[in-house]
Amino acid sequence: MAPRLKVNGQGYELDLPVGRTLAETLRDELGLTGTKIACAEGHCGACTVLLDGVPVYSCITLAHMVGDREVTTIEGLREHPLVDAFVRADALQCGFCTPGQIVSASALVESNPEPSSDEIRHAMAGNLCRCGTYPKIEEAISAWQG
Amino acid sequence: MARLIRTEKEIEGRYEEVWLVVEEDALEQWPAGPREIVGRPAQRLTGPMRARGEARYTADLRLPGMLHAAVLRSPHAHARVKEISLEKARAARGVRAAIGPGDAHVLTAEPGFQGQAVAAVAADTIDLARAALELIEVEWDVQKPLLDPDEAVRRGQLVGQASRYERGDVDRAVAEADVVVEAEYRTQTVLHNSFETHQSICEWRGDSLDVYISTQSIWGVRDEVAGRLGLAPDKVRVVCEFMGGGFGSKNGANDHTFIAAELARRTARPVRCALTRREENLAAGNRNSTIQRLTAAAKSDGTLLALAGEFVNATGWDGWASSTDGPMQMLYDCENVRTVLYPARLNTPPMKAFRAPGFVEGTFGLECLLDELAAKLDIDSLELRRLNYAASTDDRPYSSKNLMECYRRAEQHWQRRDEVRQRSEGPWKRGIGLASQIWYGGGGPPSYAWVRLGSDGRATVITAMQDIGTGTATAMAQIAAEELGLPLERIDFALGDSARGPYSVTSAGSSTVPSMGPAVRSAAADAARQVIEIAAQRYEKEERVLSLAGGNVVSSDGGSWPIEEVVGLLEDAQLLGQGGRGPNPTGMQVLTFGVQVAEVAVDVETGEIRVERVAAIHDVGRVINPLGASSQVEGGIIQGIGHTLSEDRLLDPASGITLNPTFDMYKLPTIADVPEIVTDLLDIPDEHLTNLGSKGLGEPPIVPTAAAIANAIRDATGADVRSLPISREEMLRALKEARERQKEGRAAPAAV
Repeated sequence: MAPRLKVNGQGYELDLPVGRTLAETLRDELGLTGTKIACAEGHCGACTVLLDGVPVYSCITLAHMVGDREVTTIEGLREHPLVDAFVRADALQCGFCTPGQIVSASALVESNPEPSSDEIRHAMAGNLCRCGTYPKIEEAISAWQG
Repeated sequence: MARLIRTEKEIEGRYEEVWLVVEEDALEQWPAGPREIVGRPAQRLTGPMRARGEARYTADLRLPGMLHAAVLRSPHAHARVKEISLEKARAARGVRAAIGPGDAHVLTAEPGFQGQAVAAVAADTIDLARAALELIEVEWDVQKPLLDPDEAVRRGQLVGQASRYERGDVDRAVAEADVVVEAEYRTQTVLHNSFETHQSICEWRGDSLDVYISTQSIWGVRDEVAGRLGLAPDKVRVVCEFMGGGFGSKNGANDHTFIAAELARRTARPVRCALTRREENLAAGNRNSTIQRLTAAAKSDGTLLALAGEFVNATGWDGWASSTDGPMQMLYDCENVRTVLYPARLNTPPMKAFRAPGFVEGTFGLECLLDELAAKLDIDSLELRRLNYAASTDDRPYSSKNLMECYRRAEQHWQRRDEVRQRSEGPWKRGIGLASQIWYGGGGPPSYAWVRLGSDGRATVITAMQDIGTGTATAMAQIAAEELGLPLERIDFALGDSARGPYSVTSAGSSTVPSMGPAVRSAAADAARQVIEIAAQRYEKEERVLSLAGGNVVSSDGGSWPIEEVVGLLEDAQLLGQGGRGPNPTGMQVLTFGVQVAEVAVDVETGEIRVERVAAIHDVGRVINPLGASSQVEGGIIQGIGHTLSEDRLLDPASGITLNPTFDMYKLPTIADVPEIVTDLLDIPDEHLTNLGSKGLGEPPIVPTAAAIANAIRDATGADVRSLPISREEMLRALKEARERQKEGRAAPAAV
């Protein structure tokens, strides 16, 4: 089967086996390795991408189920002010969860440009970070507009 | 000049006597306090690459022709392979090789824990490799696992020897004491859960082996692989540029590297072997559980007379005895101390170092015991710790110790006690607790760095170090920038390749900054000296009037020239400065210290616990990057909160099978669990330690967190919580016990 994917504004025709996840497809077929896989079971959020602006765990999203929805990965958000906000606040240590954090945060600030602390904690609770950068993530999102 | 010395080397609390070649450390320490760049907040150099998803981790590497390995791991905690057949797997689609017990030393026919590697296949894709695993036929002889640490001690089944320590006469001191407290503490098994799982790609090139690996120890992996495979060390190249967390678990080559190397040898193709999250949580190590049976004896004025402890580490099938007994031996001035530590060998996954191994567990027991003693003596907890402040616990003085200053700074947080308690409301009881921290973190030689200065006036620090996410490379760049008088944005950093830079210490034991920092400064100073030599000739000045500042060569008698004007004379060539880490101060203990004050709220009806605030005051010498340092402190405390309240690797008590190897069942802290964290680092350079006076900071912040929280819970509720994690079940059990004790009138709880 040959699904079409629209990723970061580019169209792709792919020949993929049924059952291939979106995360694997992005990383192995399209070379978009900014999307990380840390659990591969939809528990940690490292693989978060946007489908029509809605954050999803790409490791449990099948490539064939994406349909017409526009995929946005960290590679499509490199110029987003959140990237610089994360760096300024030191909101990353090993950085493996960071692209997923920024993708989730971009959806949050898109719908709510000035989120409260509680709103940040609610929206970001699906993105784990083992290094414990959470205080700085909260700071980065609070100050994302500079 | 290089010198040969005989010295003690410490890693993670383990000492060995070794010969060491060290460099002279001729530079004077900078004065205390922030400099132009060192001591001021700096964004991490690799931040943009990591945040933009450009950083290439081992997990992101794909070599041409690369195969994928999958590993058959024992489904049983204790078993023997009676028969195994790899034939069907070998014949399966896309499979290029299959190996079984004995084909690599890490593949066994007698697994001693669930998850131990037995066989492996390499195939064109990971899906095909995993499918082929299903075709491996194994007939198992399943044996009864030994899972009870106390039973292992009774049987004498240990990993190595029991270790015994004694000073003074504990029995006499206990007999003469006014007050004695005894208690048993337990800590659980905690999983590292680095986000990038353990993984390697191995590729043979002629008789050389390239190992791309997610590691904390590039040089340790090189030595281990070369030694095991019988290669000259330089025939093994180890590469790790970006690394997705280790926390102590990635100090070795591990089974996956040897499996990849053997499959790569057999197929003449690069082979990737990456653990899944479930494999990670079986076979990649853990912080072992402990049982601690402790005694403290004191005079009525609070003077500690004796400390004694029996410690059982549930080490697992393999590993080493982390120093659960260390804090009891080292933290307090106490003449009579006796400890015995048993590393129990069990049919459970082997431990690996995990951020201050042993001291996290031992500090929980000791610092809770001290609070129980304080309550019985009716002495303030902070005061009891000051009363028993140690000037030294063996014949060696400390290179520096400012724990008393940490206690002084803790007062403002400790004084919130009444106010915090008064905020108790309905079922929510509030309280405050503290605990002290002691740990290593002095680093040591050898460690080397080069600084390459080009005609564009940019410098590159080159060393085959790894940055495991702590921000070490940024701290190194700050040091080089300071010494070279260059702005930080003109410093680059090349690391992560054993073939492309000099030896660096492993990133464990809070040792990278204190080991590498002085070497980098020394290399930068060597480069700066060469610039000044050239400038002196070019501008006809005496060298002594020249210095480097603000990107210029500056003369004290007037005159200033951009540094690129001087190094520009080299055209396309560069200057190379070299530096090495000098020796540690002879005859001194180099340690880090601190105290944390935690505030909690406990719902005494449901057992829910919320940590509301943690103040962390640590003495780690000079702070290079206050921004990165605060991140380390926060990360340590947040891992500590997980250790205290939610994380618990559960085993089926009959079979020894791990029940919760995934993130949905193994509860890491989330952003919603984070309290207010106040970081206060003393920033007092250790005058005896290196040209920097800096110690390590990776581990100290996690050491006292569990005890501070448990002591706060006792303050809030009067309940003695002595077993980690303090789940709701454990909290309700302790509350019930406290109520029953109160009814019996034996002792009134401190609060409620």
